[in-house]
Amino acid sequence: MKKDWNRRKSAAVLFSACAFVLCAVTAAGLLLSDYAMETDFTQKNLSPSLSHLFGTDWMGRDMLARTLTGLSLSIRIGLLTALVSCVLALLLGTAAATLGRRVDACISWCVDLFLGIPHILLVMLLSLAFGKGLAGVVAGVSLSHWPALARVVRAEVFQLRQAPYLLAAEKLGVSRFAVARRHLLPHLLAQFLTGLILQFPHAILHEASITFLGFGLSPEQPAVGIILSESMRYLTTGKWWLALFPGLSLVLVVLLFARMGERLRQMGNPASVHQ
Amino acid sequence: MEPILSVRNLSISFTQYTSKTRRHRLHVIDDLSLSIEAGQVVAVVGASGSGKSLLAHGILGILPYNAFLEGSIRYGGEALDQARAARLRGKEIVLVPQGVTYLDPLMKVGPQIRKGRRGKPLLDRCRAVLARYGLGPEVEDAYPFALSGGMARRVLISTAVIESPRLIIADEPTPGLDAQAAGRIMGHFRELADGGAGVLLITHDLELALTVADRVAVLYAGQTVEEAPACAFAAGRLLHPYTKALYQALPQNGFIPIPGTQPYPGEIAQGCLFAPRCDRCRAQCKEASIPYRAVSSGYVRCLTAEEEETA
Amino acid sequence: MKHRLQFAGKKLIRMLLLLLGVSLAAFLLMNASPLDPLETNIGQAALGSMSQEQIAGLQEYWGMDTPPVERYLGWLSDFVRGDMGTSLLYRQPVAQIIGQRLASSLWLMAFAWLFSGILGLILGVTAGATRGRWPDKLIRGYCLLISSTPAFWLAILLLMVFSVWLGILPIGLSVPIGMDAAGVTLADRLRHAVLPALTLSITGVANIALHTREKMADIMESDYLLFARARGESGRSILLRHGLRNVALPAITLQFASISEIIGGSVLVEQVFSYPGLGQAAVTAGLGSDLPLLLGITVVTAAMVFGGNLAADLLYGAVDPRIRRRAAKR
Repeated sequence: MKKDWNRRKSAAVLFSACAFVLCAVTAAGLLLSDYAMETDFTQKNLSPSLSHLFGTDWMGRDMLARTLTGLSLSIRIGLLTALVSCVLALLLGTAAATLGRRVDACISWCVDLFLGIPHILLVMLLSLAFGKGLAGVVAGVSLSHWPALARVVRAEVFQLRQAPYLLAAEKLGVSRFAVARRHLLPHLLAQFLTGLILQFPHAILHEASITFLGFGLSPEQPAVGIILSESMRYLTTGKWWLALFPGLSLVLVVLLFARMGERLRQMGNPASVHQ
Repeated sequence: MEPILSVRNLSISFTQYTSKTRRHRLHVIDDLSLSIEAGQVVAVVGASGSGKSLLAHGILGILPYNAFLEGSIRYGGEALDQARAARLRGKEIVLVPQGVTYLDPLMKVGPQIRKGRRGKPLLDRCRAVLARYGLGPEVEDAYPFALSGGMARRVLISTAVIESPRLIIADEPTPGLDAQAAGRIMGHFRELADGGAGVLLITHDLELALTVADRVAVLYAGQTVEEAPACAFAAGRLLHPYTKALYQALPQNGFIPIPGTQPYPGEIAQGCLFAPRCDRCRAQCKEASIPYRAVSSGYVRCLTAEEEETA
Repeated sequence: MKHRLQFAGKKLIRMLLLLLGVSLAAFLLMNASPLDPLETNIGQAALGSMSQEQIAGLQEYWGMDTPPVERYLGWLSDFVRGDMGTSLLYRQPVAQIIGQRLASSLWLMAFAWLFSGILGLILGVTAGATRGRWPDKLIRGYCLLISSTPAFWLAILLLMVFSVWLGILPIGLSVPIGMDAAGVTLADRLRHAVLPALTLSITGVANIALHTREKMADIMESDYLLFARARGESGRSILLRHGLRNVALPAITLQFASISEIIGGSVLVEQVFSYPGLGQAAVTAGLGSDLPLLLGITVVTAAMVFGGNLAADLLYGAVDPRIRRRAAKR
């Protein structure tokens, strides 16, 4: 057994590998976005082959290029929405825990309210409010994810505020702002980053779902949700590759993000080392 | 007489990460030896972090899976391996744990004491055991959260007594109790030893241990540094500087604190682990590992013990 | 008993207030939508060929000229009297549509809820009890894979395999096409519900199993389990007597909390299978700006979610001796 090769190091390596693959997919999608729109009616409805690994659709468009472009779009939307929802959760959760009982009651009530509406319905409603399209997706996904995370942040800050070392700092006359900056922030930041990465998979899945239902990106855009919803029309005629490969790629991307979050948590949390 | 339990050169270690990406073996217990005869209470005294609970788990064969155990444990004259420990634990070898968190919070006390077994004789025996410790039959229907600290300890002792134990391992059985209640619990262990069982009392409370123990083994940073009869303490016949210091730190014996702190496992690579805090420390103390040797009244792990004895 | 009723009463009032909040939030969101219901449903071209009066009539029908406050209060006062309004797309009472749709969705959801609950519990307990070893790795891998898979794609996949490729199950809908209601047998209904229910169950299991595993792993680390081992209890006895007993309480909460997810999943799955349930109606209402219907569906599903939470709270109080005792002392 090589002594240096252990879980922690492999976690770091795997994390970097995942990040690299995802970056590559994003870049490839951006570069191929024009090719993805190219129609070629001499090449339509081709099943997967060496020249078209994922096959072509009814307009002769290369499915690999379309899938990569869609994934790239998904990843970028996922990053944006995860970031927005995490910042929202951080602000609201901290506000609930620090600004007194009335603010806490108000925010907690809102959290309960939002969690009461089945998630996909909430995303639908939000997307409608913002007029569907890109704005609708971004608003829908980023404004619907904060409640659960805000609840976690709130509990975390509450627990921290009761921590003896912070009570001591307050007694010693350290200003509240200084306590927040020097003690709360560094602690929360680590949690925040992990929460952010763990949020990506959800964001991407919801983006795809809401687009699939027709509340998201417009049909001209090669988003994965659009590709899959279009493929439904060709299922019965045996064009299996239209649905299989794009969906599989989406699962892979989400899986990579989920693994990354998991690894990050492992590297940051000594207690999980022995698992 | 053959001791009920004899532990020789026991070492328990874990795999641990020193930095983000490095791992190594961490010896929490390192070279621990002691023995218990029937009818005796032997106390193992050590500060928190000296690996006391692991000793109990090691004997019972319930260490976590990432722990490694080396050295020999013999019970009733035969080696106590994993399989034998599994057969005997809960029957001949019983554990009395620290407190109420060791009881299933959602199960009534009675069925827990009886381990879910039924039958009239066992029910009667359960009643009798509870009555012996001043607990009424209504306790059988209580959930653990409803027990007071003292009641919980007596229930935990009952879980041991309802079996017919030959070796009782009590792991910190008194924290959180006032002196009187703690003294009563200690009395129960003395009684059990007088009834013929061997009792291994693991505690950080030297003062309390001295009230019931026949012999005391002192643990320092995972090593036994001295094993002496309880009477040696009051008589001032202690050989190891740490034992002495520990005794003198008691309120009624001068309340003299020991400077410094106990090292973490693995912090001191070689030589005597107590060397940095010892006023008798010599050059050779820091070089080789110190053997645990038999002396007239027990055992000691110190190179300068003899001069202390003759002085 | 009195405090239990008080507790339930308080929860119920909070739930009603939350429902009121949900209806208001949903209304505001729909009202804020910049999408023109006439353009979405009738189309630019058709609108252009209409007279001003016709358009004005349509605008009135779609409620576009009523001020939002008046519109919401009107809806609310009707709702309180048991009238959920009329669907603009289906031209039927919303209550009636929701009743019909819910009846067919409930089949799917109830099955998926029970199945994923039971299987999730079994898998979660197994994984938690064997954590770090191969059953745990296998179960965790499965859960990770499933929770990374969009429900609608899984539905498409199952559709491709069982309906298109193997041809053993129907493509969609809840009854065979072209058959009148009287001729539909229970077997027909079941055959059409198999794939949607299966999809919902498969996705539901992952979440429940993962959470149960966490709880079970905590229990495995607990002092009382260590003591049970020290007392020589066998692995099986430990698992059944202590593990299951202690995992049951969080499992109740999980099970009722999963209602929201099952409803969310059913929206996607029903869309793929064109299964005429509540979820499909929600999508249609959303795409067609049918405010009364979407509002009604939102409120009804939120009521189901809150009802689930309430049930979990009450059940918890009845099962956990610690809460029972604390409540009795008050």
